[in-house]
Amino acid sequence: MLTLQCPYCGVWAEETELHAEGEAHLKRFGPGSDDADFESYLFMRENPKGVHLERWRHASGCGKFFHAARSTTTLEVFGTYAAQTLEPPQDIKDKISAKIPNWSWREFS
Amino acid sequence: MSTRLTTGGRLLNKAKQVTFSFNGKQFTGFEGDTLASALLANDQMMMGRSFKYHRPRGVVASGAEEPNALVNMGQGGKFEPNQRATTTELYDGLTCTSQNHWPSLEFDVGVVNNYVARALPAGFYYKTFMAPAAAWKHVFEPIVRHSAGLGKAPKDRDADRYEHFYAFFDVVVVGGGVAGLMAAKAAGQAGAKVLLMEQTAHWGGRAPVDGGKVDGVKVDDFIDATVAELEAMENVTLRNRMMGAGVYDHGYILGYERLTDHAPLMEGPRHRLWRIRAKQIVTATGAIERPLSFAGNDIPGVMLASAMRDYIVNFGTSSGDRVVVVANNDDAYRTAFTLKIHGLEVPVILDARPNGGGPLADAAREQGFRVENGKGIAKVKGGKRVTSVAICAQAGEGAVLEDIACDAVAMSGGWSPVVHLWSHCGGKLIWDEAQAHFRPDPDRAPTSHDGNPFVVTAGSASGPLKLGDVLVDGQKAGEAAAQAAGFDVTSTNAPKGDVHDEAPLVPCWLMPQGAGPKLRMKAWLDYQNDVKVSDVKLAAQEGYESVEHTKRYTTLGMATDQGKLSNINGLAVLSDALNQPIPATGTTTFRPPYTPISMGAIAGEARDEVFQPLRRTPVHDWHEANGAFFEPVGHWRRPYCFPRGSESHADAVSREIRQTRDSVGLLDASTLGKIIVKGPDAGKFLNMMYTNMMSTLKVGKCRYGLMCNENGFLMDDGVVARIDEDTFLCHTTTGGAERIHGWMEDWLQCEWWDWQVYTANVTEQYAQIAVVGPNARKVIEKLGGEMDVSKEGLAFMEWKDGKIGEFDARAYRISFSGELSYEIAVPASQGRAFWDALLEAGEEFGIMPYGTEALHVMRAEKGFIMIGDETDGTVIPQDLNMQWAISKKKDDFLGKRAQMRDHMASEDRWKLAGFETEDGSVIPDGAYIVDHGTNANGQRNTQGRVTSSYYSPSLDRGIAMGLIHGGMKRLGDVVEFNKVDGSTVKAKVVDPVFYDKDGEKQNV
Amino acid sequence: MSEAVSALNGASFEGFAKVEETGLRGMITVRGDLTSKEMAAAVKTATGAAVPVQRKVAVGGSGVVAWMSPDELLVVVDYDQAEATVVQMNEVLSGVHALVANVSDARAVFRLSGDGSRDVLAKLAPVDFAQDAFGSGGIRRSRIAQVPAAVWGNDDGSFEIICFRSVAQYVFDVLKISAQSGGEVGFH
Repeated sequence: MLTLQCPYCGVWAEETELHAEGEAHLKRFGPGSDDADFESYLFMRENPKGVHLERWRHASGCGKFFHAARSTTTLEVFGTYAAQTLEPPQDIKDKISAKIPNWSWREFS
Repeated sequence: MSTRLTTGGRLLNKAKQVTFSFNGKQFTGFEGDTLASALLANDQMMMGRSFKYHRPRGVVASGAEEPNALVNMGQGGKFEPNQRATTTELYDGLTCTSQNHWPSLEFDVGVVNNYVARALPAGFYYKTFMAPAAAWKHVFEPIVRHSAGLGKAPKDRDADRYEHFYAFFDVVVVGGGVAGLMAAKAAGQAGAKVLLMEQTAHWGGRAPVDGGKVDGVKVDDFIDATVAELEAMENVTLRNRMMGAGVYDHGYILGYERLTDHAPLMEGPRHRLWRIRAKQIVTATGAIERPLSFAGNDIPGVMLASAMRDYIVNFGTSSGDRVVVVANNDDAYRTAFTLKIHGLEVPVILDARPNGGGPLADAAREQGFRVENGKGIAKVKGGKRVTSVAICAQAGEGAVLEDIACDAVAMSGGWSPVVHLWSHCGGKLIWDEAQAHFRPDPDRAPTSHDGNPFVVTAGSASGPLKLGDVLVDGQKAGEAAAQAAGFDVTSTNAPKGDVHDEAPLVPCWLMPQGAGPKLRMKAWLDYQNDVKVSDVKLAAQEGYESVEHTKRYTTLGMATDQGKLSNINGLAVLSDALNQPIPATGTTTFRPPYTPISMGAIAGEARDEVFQPLRRTPVHDWHEANGAFFEPVGHWRRPYCFPRGSESHADAVSREIRQTRDSVGLLDASTLGKIIVKGPDAGKFLNMMYTNMMSTLKVGKCRYGLMCNENGFLMDDGVVARIDEDTFLCHTTTGGAERIHGWMEDWLQCEWWDWQVYTANVTEQYAQIAVVGPNARKVIEKLGGEMDVSKEGLAFMEWKDGKIGEFDARAYRISFSGELSYEIAVPASQGRAFWDALLEAGEEFGIMPYGTEALHVMRAEKGFIMIGDETDGTVIPQDLNMQWAISKKKDDFLGKRAQMRDHMASEDRWKLAGFETEDGSVIPDGAYIVDHGTNANGQRNTQGRVTSSYYSPSLDRGIAMGLIHGGMKRLGDVVEFNKVDGSTVKAKVVDPVFYDKDGEKQNV
Repeated sequence: MSEAVSALNGASFEGFAKVEETGLRGMITVRGDLTSKEMAAAVKTATGAAVPVQRKVAVGGSGVVAWMSPDELLVVVDYDQAEATVVQMNEVLSGVHALVANVSDARAVFRLSGDGSRDVLAKLAPVDFAQDAFGSGGIRRSRIAQVPAAVWGNDDGSFEIICFRSVAQYVFDVLKISAQSGGEVGFH
């Protein structure tokens, strides 16, 4: 059972206080978008063995959504970061690179 | 005979005799006994029967690894099967029975399996219970069910209580032997917050039994002194009778504390499950002795050499008068010495090693023991008890050299570290050739959230077996753990313990090594599940090369002991059969818990009244006191109806509806979600959340709105009220409040974080009561107060704040029933008083509360949809003919893009219509509208389905809504719905509004 | 106004720690920019206290204010002052983007006191209740068994537990079970 530090209230919360909210950094496509973009927004998800970027919510806590970068194999958490961003911050990317050179996840590496 | 000795028994309080019963017979023992030692002291060596062949089984071990001595413990609400006699502390009044036999332990019918054992090889069940399929139900399944399972399932409610406990430590040490004590002390001295847990009631582990000196003092005294030191340290917590059950991700470890098992009359919880987060975990879990695989090694009286020693030293109990010792290592000689010191006879020590043992063997010879090198046991003779052993050359095929009379055998095949906790979370093992065991590979430890190792092993759990080495390793582990947890460590020298010279062990996986099929068939690997050397060989022969497959095929290591004794021997036999080295075979996966833990401990406090939280409205007590029949809606309990006297639920629902339609009814609607949405961008935000245009809603007005997810499917609905220019109050469904609030926050926090909107879930701030029916206004007016609720003062779809009677109220003029209706919100703490006031004021109108079923029927009579009935996560508003609620002026809202997809716009979608059966009957819930022909699977084609179906008391006939191909274009068609009995019922497609089509009743 | 009744009408239980429903409290959810001078003024007016820092509770002359999230506070005043306080805060915050809502009736509050209080809490919440990890003046939002709750520490060593009104009975029951005599842990 993993623990993540909520970047908003600073609490190290165990999984029972959190709610998994799926994949991070989805770009919304609305009316006017073509079918392929909309399909990928709705349905296409990463299923990596290794680095994954996710959304979590500190549900039994401050209620804030946040991002987490972790390894799906070792459960190492490279960092948690605010929801109000379109990409993982550089320091977290650096941390991942230090452990897993040449990693990539969607358009990020 | 096994009996009580006059010597030994360091853990006994001989001044305190206790009485207990086993299979109805009364026995006595002493305080400090385990159930196993007390049974042995009463010459009850046979304690159970094996699972498959029902062979007589005696106790083999003295601890958690015991596979045989499992009993049904206690009675009634305290009954529990599969309790290990070796880890059960004896108490006065203990009652237990042995397992897996019928009609009695001594005489068992199932033992017939033993005589046909040749016909029940590995995989017997898989091979036999194949075809014909029909045989499963009547033949195979009853057989399997009858023979499955050890012990009996409890029949009564568990009479005990249990709890959880969350705790946080820098270092958790599992195992209170000398290594664990050293580790805890080292970590504690470094300043770490330490928990040391020990599964038994005693500190020191095996060291007091094995003996030796530490810094010149007896190891017993060293242990006492160290425990005293630890107890004096404020940052160290010591807990005995607490087992490390499992190690999980990110430093999570479960401690299973058994508080009253040893004293069931004590007040308090029986078990406490500690849910611990540790920065570092030290597993000082010791090692377990391995049995030897020779024919008849399962006959009662054959025991682990170390266990026999334990019973003498700890419990003053002999396992037999004449004991043959058989081993492949030096440690077993200690058992021979112990036996002799306590006046028991050892006719021979069989040392399977060609060159025999080291200094301990020399000492044995000096003391006059007969020691035979290169010899082993061809076969143990006896039925319910060992009578003799036939000895042979280990190198041969089992030709008997000599028969030696004895009543017990002490065997030792070497020691395996307890690696379970190390392995639970991914710690890897390496094969130690010299000790012939798998031990933790310190370079491949399990890693935590930061990517760093978080488990360290200490003492015998790391590999070392000699006292001095164990102390050093324990100290090192404690220091390493403290350092990794962030403490400064000044390394000190561990106390010096004995490190005796010993001759190396020689692996011995089968005795004799050339044993033929006949002997192999009687050489047990897994005692509990009756897996023999021959079974594993057969599995290998049949192609089960993976150890995981072999385990499942043979059931090796699958029983309650999870192969603590059998694993390595089984792996070795499999490796031999596959002609590959043992590390190439590997081990099966170690999974928590280390030994079974109670279901009660897992549930903790979550049982009975608090099994699940129940949400109660401010009016709940009234409902309960007035006979409400409740239905669960999420965690809420809502009245379904309020039956009076012997009235049926259906009659109650009809009465409630008639009274509401004719006069006035009351509904507790407090559970509806209420979310405040406020800010300069609130209108813009709600335009995105709802399909409707909410930004144009006027202050003081209400609007019914639909919410869709990004797939376009309906997810919630409710009435939105505009409170002021910046503020809206959104009502959600009862089940939707938390979900929709989270959904709104998700979009605000993660997508439109630059929009100025705040939300607050104020669902429980209000008791909300619907006053419904032609006399609703009169009831409210009778309460008085300043609020004008007249037709003009509060028009349909308006809301207003003010006083109703003495209550601070917000009244919404909305209707879900088609009647004149007010939903009135008052502060929750005044909710019950408001309810009472309405009942009183409405008395002259015959006011009565109605439940959720009446609500459902009335809304169906009006053709109003219900989320969860008309919708199921695949329905879009257009399917429900709700285009009127979808704004065409908006460029975007959640779900809009999806609703433009081909399939969503297709004319072939099933759409909403009403249905009336020709015979007036009620269409069964879930019925489909059948169509011509069959599909590819030979099933009848369908063209629609019912979504709501009720008896309408207002119309005195069945009414239904449903989705049908063609929707309202099919008006007037007669279609057929299937029924449970296979027949169909004819129904006409009609307008779904069955009652007051023009809406006159609500507009008065 | 009709007489207001709290969820459990002041129920209490004494085991190895004492559990009491405190009765109604004025509670106000405030959302907004916690760093703004308007917010500081509003909080000051309502409670006499300054805006607390992350996961802290500030006590003022007329009320208490707890940090709930980076944009949310909980203001606690006397029950009969709640509506007036909402009006007052809205006035001070007029012109800035903020939300002030009276939630007094949506909550139940329990006080837990006695030497075993920390042990009782540790049976129900996945939180480190050690003295050095969670002291007086701290607030932690978490769960009590299966429902969301907030806990804060008082100066006298007692704790306040806030939960939703609808689950008041559940929270009282699990606190009661956990404080039953015989269940002493002797840990904290």
